[in-house]
Amino acid sequence: MKLWQTMKLAWLNIIGNRMRSFLTMLGMIIGVASVIILVSLMESMTNEMLNSYADMGVNNITVEIHGRNGNPVLKEEDIYDYVEKHKDTMLGATPNITFTGSVKFGGKTKDGITVTGVDESYIKIMKRQLQAGRGITYSDTAIRNKTCVIGSYINNTIFNGKAKPGDLVYVNGEEFKVVGVLKEESDSSEWSKDNCFYSPYTTVAKLAGMGTISNYLFFAKDSKLVEEETKNLQRYLFHTFHSTKAYSVTNMIDILKEIKNQQKLMTSVLAGIAGISLVVAGIGIMNIMLVSVTERTKEIGIRKSLGAKRKDIMRQFVLEAGTTSSIGGVIGIVLGAVVTTKLGSVMGMQATTSIQTALVSFGISAGIGILFGYLPASKAAKLNPIDALRSE
Amino acid sequence: MKNDVFIELKDIYKIYKMGDTEIHASDGINLQISRGEMVAIVGKSGSGKSTIMNIIGALDVPTKGEYILEGKDVSKMKADALAEVRNKMIGFVFQQYNLLPKQNLLDNVSLPLLYAGVGEKERKKRAMEGLKKVGLEEKWSQLPNQLSGGQQQRVSIARALVGNPSLILADEPTGALDSKTSREVLDLLKQLNEEGNTIVLITHDNSIALEAKRVVKILDGKVLFDGTAKEYRNEIMANNEISMA
Repeated sequence: MKLWQTMKLAWLNIIGNRMRSFLTMLGMIIGVASVIILVSLMESMTNEMLNSYADMGVNNITVEIHGRNGNPVLKEEDIYDYVEKHKDTMLGATPNITFTGSVKFGGKTKDGITVTGVDESYIKIMKRQLQAGRGITYSDTAIRNKTCVIGSYINNTIFNGKAKPGDLVYVNGEEFKVVGVLKEESDSSEWSKDNCFYSPYTTVAKLAGMGTISNYLFFAKDSKLVEEETKNLQRYLFHTFHSTKAYSVTNMIDILKEIKNQQKLMTSVLAGIAGISLVVAGIGIMNIMLVSVTERTKEIGIRKSLGAKRKDIMRQFVLEAGTTSSIGGVIGIVLGAVVTTKLGSVMGMQATTSIQTALVSFGISAGIGILFGYLPASKAAKLNPIDALRSE
Repeated sequence: MKNDVFIELKDIYKIYKMGDTEIHASDGINLQISRGEMVAIVGKSGSGKSTIMNIIGALDVPTKGEYILEGKDVSKMKADALAEVRNKMIGFVFQQYNLLPKQNLLDNVSLPLLYAGVGEKERKKRAMEGLKKVGLEEKWSQLPNQLSGGQQQRVSIARALVGNPSLILADEPTGALDSKTSREVLDLLKQLNEEGNTIVLITHDNSIALEAKRVVKILDGKVLFDGTAKEYRNEIMANNEISMA
């Protein structure tokens, strides 16, 4: 008997027992939907996270000097020299130090603002655009001017969006002059690039009580060069400090890789747990198929007496189980995708189900149907035609 | 072609073991059937006629002995080979019609062709011809339970004929029918025999057996009588006279 005929037969049996077929599918629907929702939300969260990290610059290499007593230090001139020597691959470098403080303007105070100390090259290298005013200048850093350049998040939350050059703000009680306002770059949210408050690094170092600069940011010309340049920097720093413990060099790509790995692990654990429900659904299908074989013993006998071979009967029942669970799988995928989108919007992120996830889920649901349909089908195929015909 | 033997049962034994005792459902049966015959196998329940029907119908194989059907030794065949024999060479007519309740008459009749791998178009054409032969082509799209018992039995006869089998094996075909429809079904079977089909009729009822040309009586797994219907009638009458006397 042809495969197509068998599929038609399976379909007729499924719609002939609509209620039962639906209840059998229900386990698969719920199982697949929960796998889809978990995996999709996890993937979407990862993507959001990766995007926001990538926003911070995939070309950046961060150098942190732990500098112990008596060790030589790394001065600003050293890093500029280094960049000069590697100008084919390096775009630049800047001291990069931060402290957290409260910012006050007019009657408004906002705590927990990260003030970042950078040099005059930073804003240009990061390709940030000014909406008004100017950036940090060499003279700002040279004479430790208390100037600042602010992003749209700070502008919106503290200045009601009306910040302009010349405004005076207080950072931990110290008066700073706004010299530049940056254009909105992403969505002005707290976790975006728009939450920034830049000042000359010399000023920030003094306020934070740092004697020497211990954090630098290097910029590679291309993200493909980051790995190589990270190694070069490590070599250079080892040459300077003679100990790997005196410094650390990290880049965004490593961090992104690490996040991806963590999330992958997390996703597989969650999918595995949800996957158990798929096995339960499979057992449900097996159960119903066993009942179905018992109920349809007479039919099997008739078919066998008319010349159905074992493989014909086998195929009929395996396909019926496979089709039932595939239909359940498809419904589950659609349901899961819809719920994912809704949940995503409630959680304030764009959550979608990838085609890959949907295809894998479909494959698994079909596979489970076939796997768990196998036992009942082989029971049916092995029935003795005489006994089967005699049953009522 | 009358003496063209194509069914040959040679010393057939079917032995079931029930604990320590052996039950000989068939106890050395020898039988030859030629093409074009209409043979009734008659016997009381428990006589072993069902066992011999199962063996002739390739539903079962004997414990001992040979069953040759059209030159093929069926007695040593495995399940799938038996299915092939049933599909290609035997058309069954059952007491309870055994139609699939959820499929229409056309699909029911075409079922043997489906398992024979005949294409859909050809299948429908031949099934329709089969329904026409039993006078039910108008009702092809109906379900079996919309038909009377006699009509259902005619559908099952159409199904038995559709694959052009060598043999039609009718197991108590009138067992579930009233006398009028029984007559119709028997006449149909006789007509098919006139057209050249070989028919084996299994029954417990002597009056039905007498409709055949030849009667084989089975008792305790053995052939007790094998002769023409006329001879069998005389045998019954003789026995009755003896018992009456």
